[in-house]
Amino acid sequence: MSGLRYVYAVCRPLGAPLQAQLTGVAGAPAKPLHHHGLVAVVSEVPERDFGEEPLRAHLEDLDWLAATARAHQGVIDALTVVTTPLPLRLATVFRDDSGVRSMIEAREDHFRETLDRLEGRVEWGVKIYAEPEQPERAARPAPKAASGRDYLRQRRQQTRASEDMWQKAEAFATRLHEELADFAEDSRLHAPQNPALSGAAGRNVLNAAYLVPRRGSEEFVELVDRAKDDVPGLRVELTGPWAAYSFAGEAPEEEA
Amino acid sequence: MTVVERREIALVDLLDRLLAGGVVITGDVTLRIADVDLVRIDLNALISSVNAQVPSPFEALEEQP
Repeated sequence: MSGLRYVYAVCRPLGAPLQAQLTGVAGAPAKPLHHHGLVAVVSEVPERDFGEEPLRAHLEDLDWLAATARAHQGVIDALTVVTTPLPLRLATVFRDDSGVRSMIEAREDHFRETLDRLEGRVEWGVKIYAEPEQPERAARPAPKAASGRDYLRQRRQQTRASEDMWQKAEAFATRLHEELADFAEDSRLHAPQNPALSGAAGRNVLNAAYLVPRRGSEEFVELVDRAKDDVPGLRVELTGPWAAYSFAGEAPEEEA
Repeated sequence: MTVVERREIALVDLLDRLLAGGVVITGDVTLRIADVDLVRIDLNALISSVNAQVPSPFEALEEQP
């Protein structure tokens, strides 16, 4: 056996075949591997890239990580069309097919429980950004300070305006999150995103994921959309529908 | 305020899910994502995005009167 096995997801037997040319990470086709009434979606990957040491080095290379993450997501996306997949974390690699089968045997009850919990659900991502400066304020140049006292007063006003802005942003984020979490079956808060990595303008004040039944998705999107005119200077971004990555849950602790 | 719906999936959104979400299984290759120094990735991204055509967001702020 020349290659290792990269596992994308575990799911129930598919009602429809996977698309014929479904390409996974490392350009190899992703295929179903049936075992004990479950399906692992797997592709063959070369040991020179996915063995432990090369993998460690690759994962610190942002370009490699990006390409691999996109390929992984491509397979999950295709699966989402035909089933509700249980996505695995990036770079879950086994020696061979029998390693994948042993993994399924060891966890099949847990997989079934989680698949039942997620069946027919999708994940939506909602982020809120606070713009650093309101456009009308930025456009108007501040009057030149006539004295030291004027200067200090202007500085105080600027500081106060900025504090108000963060308070408003926080209050809005809390309120919207409560409303969405109330509608959703479950929610998760991710760490705010680094603007240098996201390239997004403004400070990310909410980065949340919501588990929503497919049927409720339209209503969920409307809830988000309705919030859009509430507070100037804030921007709401919606992503999804995603497979339920953020709700796949930790597998039970493995015995050491 | 505007609501922006997704166009192309941003890498950060994807990494939020693929590196922090998904079922965690220790495979035969026992490297865990947690073992990888993601701080370094972060720093590399920070440095390259600031040095490349993309101007630093911090400079833009400082230029405000």
